[in-house]
Amino acid sequence: MHTLSSVPRKVTLAVAVTLVGMVLAACGSGTSATTNPTAAATATSAKKGLTVYFIPKDTQNPYEVIADQGGQRALQELGGKVVISSGTADTAAAQIPSIQAAIQAHADAIVIAGNDPSALCPSLNQAAQAGIKIVAFDSDISCGSSPSHLFINQANTEKIGTSQVDLLAKEIGSKGEIAILSAAASATNQNAWIGYMKQQLKKYPNMKLVTTVYGNDDPATSLTVLQGLLSAYPTLRGIISPTTVGISTAAQYLSTHKSLLSHLTLTGLGLPSQMKSYVHDGTVKEFELWNPDNLGYLAGHAAAGLASGSASLQAGSKFDAGKLGSYTVLAPSATTGPSVVLGPPTVFNLANIDKFNF
Amino acid sequence: MTSDMATRPPVTNSHTVVESGQRAPWRGLLRWESVLVLVLIAVLIFGSSQTPNFLNPTNFFYTGLNMGEIAIMALPLTLIIMTGEIDLSVASMLGLSGAVMGELFSNGWPIWLAMAAALVVGALGGALNGVLVAKVGLPSIAVTIGTLTLYRGIALILLAPRTITGFPLSLTKIGVVPIPGTQLAYSAAIFLAMAVIAGVVLHATPLGRALVAIGLQPEAAQFAGIRVNRIKIWLYVVSGVVCAFAGILLTLKNSSVSYDAGTGLELTVVAIVLFGGVSIFGGRGTIIGVVLSVAIVGALQQALTQMNVQPEVQNIVIGVLLLISVVIPNSGEAIRHIRDRARRRV
Repeated sequence: MHTLSSVPRKVTLAVAVTLVGMVLAACGSGTSATTNPTAAATATSAKKGLTVYFIPKDTQNPYEVIADQGGQRALQELGGKVVISSGTADTAAAQIPSIQAAIQAHADAIVIAGNDPSALCPSLNQAAQAGIKIVAFDSDISCGSSPSHLFINQANTEKIGTSQVDLLAKEIGSKGEIAILSAAASATNQNAWIGYMKQQLKKYPNMKLVTTVYGNDDPATSLTVLQGLLSAYPTLRGIISPTTVGISTAAQYLSTHKSLLSHLTLTGLGLPSQMKSYVHDGTVKEFELWNPDNLGYLAGHAAAGLASGSASLQAGSKFDAGKLGSYTVLAPSATTGPSVVLGPPTVFNLANIDKFNF
Repeated sequence: MTSDMATRPPVTNSHTVVESGQRAPWRGLLRWESVLVLVLIAVLIFGSSQTPNFLNPTNFFYTGLNMGEIAIMALPLTLIIMTGEIDLSVASMLGLSGAVMGELFSNGWPIWLAMAAALVVGALGGALNGVLVAKVGLPSIAVTIGTLTLYRGIALILLAPRTITGFPLSLTKIGVVPIPGTQLAYSAAIFLAMAVIAGVVLHATPLGRALVAIGLQPEAAQFAGIRVNRIKIWLYVVSGVVCAFAGILLTLKNSSVSYDAGTGLELTVVAIVLFGGVSIFGGRGTIIGVVLSVAIVGALQQALTQMNVQPEVQNIVIGVLLLISVVIPNSGEAIRHIRDRARRRV
């Protein structure tokens, strides 16, 4: 029989003392967060030796990896360094330890692609109070002014959504049932683009969006939800996948089930490197994207500028983005804070896909 | 009858299950928990040597903040595993309760009522597990894998693709500030309080002894008058309520909830319980071991993240810990088994 006395007393005592010691150590007064008063943009160029934490949605997504490399390029030019830190699943909870690591390492700036618009706000606010500048890229965060941040948008949000619908409509003759194969259900950028897609669909009364499925940017999950989609809607005419993982998974599936292509068209946002073979064998005709390397590069320069004081969140202010030239901060809108737009999306098809190597 | 027993030869020192169950456990405890203390110290030394600011109070706060909900879920799971069962639906119940609370709150329910409803859902979910395992007699691993998927699916239907935000600031500050005057996260403090209760129940009450008995020999326990089925059902209900409570804490900490909250956490929780010295076969384990295991895993994950080790490697580390925790305690039995067979041949 196990009573309290049968558990060796020495072990209990040693363990209890250890625990009490740890708790007492913890009860010591914590480090008070020092708030740096935000200086107006007085410097003219970025400081050297900055440390910027890049926190992508996850560490596996090829698109995010390329973007992070762009950021590394930018900081290298400026004599600083980038630390890439995130989780393996596309959740906000996986990104919070990385934000804590940035605070502990006294980073100068954080560049984050938000897995969730608001779950990250408390941690990012703590980082901002510790003097770290916050930049969001690819997928925005929605925290109002706590913390205030700069959003590096890859292209005009509305245009990203509407142009994909237009691409698909052109290919299927503006008629038929379509579906969307998205990433994580909470991803800010996905939901923003899907919102504009639904608006644009009103211009095509004969096209009907039957459902949206979520592949969580995981190839296995994307394949499963795709197969579910195809069996639930056998008369589906088009699929829009605004995520590079989703479209490459769908293209791979369709290229091995070519009979589906007689009535099904796929388009969306894809990496030319991943989609090249599918364009050449006719599985996909057209898709679009921008250069994620440039996106990360721009975000890196913006973060370094904010941390050095040579860039600010003021609407209309400019900052230097190295080889990309000078960029202007756009005024906040109803849905977004201060932001910068990289440029228009590029449509890839047989004619131009061999020119790109990202 | 008595004359029979008087003339029976004395029982030889054979390795019956009950005997080794009585002898090995506390000896096993003495070794395993002491080793955990040493491992914890080693991890702390490792962390402070590899990163700056590792041992400072803010880091202690962060570790408590990150581990709080996982640690809370590990406590009822410890009791369930002690009886020889398992509950893999813990993280899905965490997600479902958060989804229920979020959905009701966004429809205008007062926050306290929404939280109470989430706890009720936890109790119902736990009762479903318990009835299927104890009354119907299905294997708990199969049942809880099923409910893992079921509860996550219900959360998906309730919430996807929305994220609910806007919870009261007075409550969500548990995710940002420690308890005033200390560097202890609210969820970590709740965990420690619950650990004390669980420790007292397991080690100092008849109920705790009954749990151990059920784990070692369920049929003997039944014949000894222990209400095995009733205890198991209540354990699962408690697990459901506690996981629902963890879901509420996680939602308030993140100040938002979406359907995929806590996906995949069940494996970390099981790994922590097993690494704490609780035998997967039931009948062995201490709460102190689980508390130490929580501290070790928390500190290790904190150290690895701040060293910027890739998260894939962190998964490998947790997996190795899990294997170690299952192989080493049972290697003793395996070696004894081989030794016996060698002896019998000679």
